[in-house]
Amino acid sequence: MTKTYPALAALAVACFATTASAEKIKFEYWYGLTGDLGATLAETCNRFNASQDQYEAVCTGYDGYELVVQSAIAAFRAGKAPTILQSFDAGTADLMMSGEFYPVQKMMADFNIEIDWDNYFPGIKNYYSSSKGELFSMPFNSSTAVMYYNVADLEKAGVAAPTTWEEFEAALKAVKDADPARCAYGYEPSVWIDLEQFSAIHNIGIATNNNGYDGLDTEFTYNTTMHVKHMENIQRWITEGLAEIKTAATGMTSQDAFAQNICSFYFGSIASHSSVHLKGVEGLTWDVAMLPIFEGTTRHNSVVGGASLWVLSGKSEDEYRGAAEYMKFLATAESEKWWVSNTGYIPVTKAAFEQLTAEGFYSAAPYKGREVAMTSLTFTEPGPLTRGYRLGSMIQTRAEWKSEVEAALAGQKTMQEALDTAVERSNAMLAKFAKTYAGKTLP
Amino acid sequence: MKRAVFKNNWVAALMVAPQLLIIFVFFYWPTSQAMYWAFTLEQPWGGGNTWVGFDNFAAILFDDLYWYSVQVSVVYAIGATVLSVGMALILAVFVDRQLRGFKAYKIGMIWPYAIAAPAVGLAFRFIFNPGAGIMLYLNDAFPGAWDPNGNGTHAMIMVIVAGAWKQIAYNFIFFLAGLQSIPRSLLEAGAMDGARVLRRMRDIQLPLLAPTFFFVLVINITDSFTDSFGIVDTMTGGGPARATNLMVYKIFNDGFQGLDYSGAAAQSIILMFLVVALTVVQFRYIERKVHYT
Repeated sequence: MTKTYPALAALAVACFATTASAEKIKFEYWYGLTGDLGATLAETCNRFNASQDQYEAVCTGYDGYELVVQSAIAAFRAGKAPTILQSFDAGTADLMMSGEFYPVQKMMADFNIEIDWDNYFPGIKNYYSSSKGELFSMPFNSSTAVMYYNVADLEKAGVAAPTTWEEFEAALKAVKDADPARCAYGYEPSVWIDLEQFSAIHNIGIATNNNGYDGLDTEFTYNTTMHVKHMENIQRWITEGLAEIKTAATGMTSQDAFAQNICSFYFGSIASHSSVHLKGVEGLTWDVAMLPIFEGTTRHNSVVGGASLWVLSGKSEDEYRGAAEYMKFLATAESEKWWVSNTGYIPVTKAAFEQLTAEGFYSAAPYKGREVAMTSLTFTEPGPLTRGYRLGSMIQTRAEWKSEVEAALAGQKTMQEALDTAVERSNAMLAKFAKTYAGKTLP
Repeated sequence: MKRAVFKNNWVAALMVAPQLLIIFVFFYWPTSQAMYWAFTLEQPWGGGNTWVGFDNFAAILFDDLYWYSVQVSVVYAIGATVLSVGMALILAVFVDRQLRGFKAYKIGMIWPYAIAAPAVGLAFRFIFNPGAGIMLYLNDAFPGAWDPNGNGTHAMIMVIVAGAWKQIAYNFIFFLAGLQSIPRSLLEAGAMDGARVLRRMRDIQLPLLAPTFFFVLVINITDSFTDSFGIVDTMTGGGPARATNLMVYKIFNDGFQGLDYSGAAAQSIILMFLVVALTVVQFRYIERKVHYT
């Protein structure tokens, strides 16, 4: 609670400031971050408004990305959409197909605001760009997946942090040998980590057409790739007792199980780095490493997660000018550093990352280890299979994967059968998506 | 029977106009929109839609998981209705017998209906939490006896209990009113003829309660198909493995979360016809057995 009060106070001040200087040009900004992160985001609005005498961002928080996107859609259809919308990866395809946005690169150029777009990490920039390389939305809160491990447990078991899945399995066994009662790996099905990140770092696609970038007639292929072997391994680890399912539904999430020193391994977003620090119990020693790969494969870059800022169409020139000023404000290294150090997200520009590194940000707790995400994200130049996913109905197809994997883990079917079903059902959704946008192509 | 008739039709029309307007704005207009979307593929951000005829309906009706959702909804509807009507009847009979403290009961029994469904869901999520509270004792004694997060049947029981609990209050009011409108003289006559409590209940009170019973049944079944959303959303999110994915929750999920507006619209049209059909059946076949006094 103590954290909310300054934010609330600042908000109240902002409200008074509004009435005092009514001539400021206002624009709406809707976001989906919640909790501490939402409060930190609201703070960026206050910082912007305090730095401005011409424009004012009116920021409204919604309870999650899905809700903010659906609210923005409803508002858009009624002609009352915000100027800036924070949208997540799963909402990207629909937004891109609709064309109802103002590409941020074009907007900045139209208002003669100089931004060094090459300064952005290619892995991040590519995710939010058209297939021709034009940046559509402003990279903002970005993350990627990493492996969290318990240092003391691995020392006790006499193994180093695993870099391959084979070593990972050996490490699970070693931890179990050292202490049979220990939960070695708290597993929580995550389509983002187990499928999307896993496939990127192995440079294998999850769908045809270069993961959907090259056309709408895309089909999923992940039931025929190395992903199957990976999921079968996880299932086997669970049956052998090397891994345990830890989800909110079983009473404790995998993150909590790790932070409370119950499980030795946890896979999650780098954005959880600060959460693990805050929640970590007394005596917990931990670190993060890149996701393991299979032996005999070459590591590639992981993909970016999180959300970006879209500027929607149909607003006035004044509002666009305000939005452009806000983007300019966000693009400064100073704002970025402020955002990165107050959340667990990673810097999106090379300049900010270099500055932070030079200042020793990453060499001491509590921020030490976060640079692993940057190494993972920039491990190779993003290629056709590692730049991201451009797939329709992503919320539903992700849900299909999760339901089927859960069914397999519950013993209702084999993992191969489950993934086959998930692919078949998801393909029907992709076909429907393509039909909805018949005659249109991805920009 | 004598009918009351308005002499002046204009006055009558004026009287019903506001009500008709409300029904039109909040029912017919959205329904016609949903109907239109159900036959097209609607782009979420606007920008056009394509006529696809019955494609959306065909896709739904040939989907095994849709039928699974229907099946789950029917189980929920029957379970919640039987439980809530049964419990409400028993409680109403007790209060009607004017047992000690019945006035306090009466008020207490009516309150739960004022609680919003999501709040009920949240409260019952705590009550049924397998890792805390009373259920922890059960799980300690018999490990794995209660696992609503992994076991679909347990999850369904949990949702039914929460849904029924909320509905009991509503049914209770009607049953109590029904019981109190039964003339005391009938019961007293029965008592003088030597009929004991249970006998009087079976032969006098329950038959005379039939119209109330029928009304409550129709309302409960309709309600369980359409109003169960809040409880499912807060308690299970449709899981585990779709075991509590009721039709109305699936509509929300596909439409608002998945942005498949057309598929969701087609599903709501089907749900609407299902509820209409169920109500018609109840009026045609069950009402025949009901005698209004």
